[in-house]
Amino acid sequence: MRPQDREEVAVGSESVGRPASAHGQVGSLALQAEPEGPLGSPEAVVASPEDLALVYEAGVEPEARSQWAYARIRFFRHKLAVVSLFVLIGLGLVAAFAKQIAPYGFDELDLFNTTASPTLEGKHLFGTDLLGRDYLSRVLFGMRTSLWVALFVAFLSTAIGTSIGALAGYYGGVIDNLLMRFTDLVLTLPGFAVLLTAAAFFGTSSPLKVAVILALLFWTAIARIVRGVFLSLREKEYIEAAKASGAGDMRIILRHMLPNSLGPIIVNTTLVVALAILTEAALSFLGFGIQPPNPSLGSLIQQGQGEGTRLWWLVTFPGLTIVAIALAINFVGDGLRDALDPTQRRVRA
Amino acid sequence: MLAFIIRRLLYSTVVLVLASFLVFTFVTYSGDPLAALRIAPNVSQLTVKNVIERKHLDDPIPKRYLYWVQDAVTNQFGSTLLDNRPILPELWRVMKNTLQLVIAAQLLVIIFAVLIGVYSAIRQYSPFDYTATGFSFLGLSTPVFWLALMVQVIVVQIFEHTGHRLFPIANLSDVDPGTGLHFWIDRAHHLVLPVFVLMVAGIAGYSRYMRAAMLEVINSDYVRTARAKGLPERRVMMKHALRNALIPLVTLVALDFGAILSGAVITETVFSLDGMGLYFYNALLVNDPYPVMAWLMITAVMIVVFNLIADIAYGLLDPRVRLD
Repeated sequence: MRPQDREEVAVGSESVGRPASAHGQVGSLALQAEPEGPLGSPEAVVASPEDLALVYEAGVEPEARSQWAYARIRFFRHKLAVVSLFVLIGLGLVAAFAKQIAPYGFDELDLFNTTASPTLEGKHLFGTDLLGRDYLSRVLFGMRTSLWVALFVAFLSTAIGTSIGALAGYYGGVIDNLLMRFTDLVLTLPGFAVLLTAAAFFGTSSPLKVAVILALLFWTAIARIVRGVFLSLREKEYIEAAKASGAGDMRIILRHMLPNSLGPIIVNTTLVVALAILTEAALSFLGFGIQPPNPSLGSLIQQGQGEGTRLWWLVTFPGLTIVAIALAINFVGDGLRDALDPTQRRVRA
Repeated sequence: MLAFIIRRLLYSTVVLVLASFLVFTFVTYSGDPLAALRIAPNVSQLTVKNVIERKHLDDPIPKRYLYWVQDAVTNQFGSTLLDNRPILPELWRVMKNTLQLVIAAQLLVIIFAVLIGVYSAIRQYSPFDYTATGFSFLGLSTPVFWLALMVQVIVVQIFEHTGHRLFPIANLSDVDPGTGLHFWIDRAHHLVLPVFVLMVAGIAGYSRYMRAAMLEVINSDYVRTARAKGLPERRVMMKHALRNALIPLVTLVALDFGAILSGAVITETVFSLDGMGLYFYNALLVNDPYPVMAWLMITAVMIVVFNLIADIAYGLLDPRVRLD
């Protein structure tokens, strides 16, 4: 048994208790919904037997809904995920407009007010550090760096992983073999240690470099997931039909298979954002990530740790911010999985 | 079975050699380990030249790789770059400390995770289940290093306000730990906080996994059969469900070995525990490729061995899986 086969072995049934309805592959119907040929109905109707029975009894026409509408309904049923989504949007806006919102610059010194403790009345809500820099402002700017890195990592690793996974899953053969051998190679070495080594020797002078290093390690997981989905989609009848009607490889991959694998891809991209935030923080904390004067949440904790046991706020606030972001993303990811990907259940260790 | 083991070991050896070459190339190509030495005012050019000569730093990388392989095979991974200290004996020494930490944490993690996971699955959607799920999300979202620091902060704050010294927040032993039983009591006292930190993330992940595995088994046909033939619920759960739900966990624990060692890097750094993680971290700080290579290779060999054990265990425990 090869390591990658294990993923399928032991997956739990998180979905037990979910109303059984006719949710098939996400997006397959959304694809049909595009008014393309004479056969494509403008709006595909999906209804479970229970729904139809209800409709029959009530004597009303069922409302036409696309598969994405169903996904949206399922997502909004997950209250925690919805709340988390709003929290995330709020934090994202604050981070994006940190320059306008933060009361001070991240490197503005207030030498009369060094090591001030957090206070609700005074000028410094989160206190100040050893040089009198306002800690709330530093946390806001740190959040901006961390979120930027995490989003970049998620985007880059998803782009690389999806392309390679799609090619490997569709064509098989040499690309597939290379991908799987490379995965073996990566799986043989302890991931975080490799990351540390890369960061230590390659250098992390700019946030961009940190992001690239993270992305280069994270793409394999997505590639394997996409490959798995493509391998199973390849055998589907509608792909055969597309081939029979003369569609080219690129068209089949981009228009038929990719939309059908969007569910797992979106879910995993979300989880990569959380993973990237945590990993970047750990790297920066160990001194191999974002370098000063750029504040990131991890490097703030690193700079605060020397005095951390006395000036507790230096460690507490950036850390709480990380936890809040990661928690919100994980909840959103959970909601998205329920909504988009009912077949896949998460196994995380 | 034997053929499977041999083939796997051969394949792994090839992968390891390839990985070592890639990492070596990367590490030697991208950094100048002598940068600090060159600008140090009290170091003569002769010293720098000696180091270059001793480590063949002027040769092309493939040749240096062969020198490294020779050192690794015949000379216990050679010595460190600057102060020429032997690597392997030092690694064995710190590995013992890391294993104490990791094994203690891992045993506790498994016990708690199985208890929580199984109970959550049996009482699915109960208040306990929701609470456990909430805590595991929290655990998975908390950075290990931050948790470690917060634990230190709390212990220090308690000391400052009440004068109680609950637990030591650094090091593996007191300056004078004594011998025999006293030594081990002191060691256990020092390990409480690091083990706790390692446990949080571990329990968060494993209990979710255990819950999922248990749910899958509970809803399977053979458990229904066991119930249908009138077995008491307790017996169904313990004998029919739990045993089968544990099989994937066995694999996961073995597979996670590498991740656990990596995780110990952070914990050991924060608590300054003299283990493998801190050794690795210190080698990275001085940009010394040789201990880094040795560390990565030894960990990689352990990962390969544990993966093999995982597969063999799976084959033995689950007769549906055939190793061939």
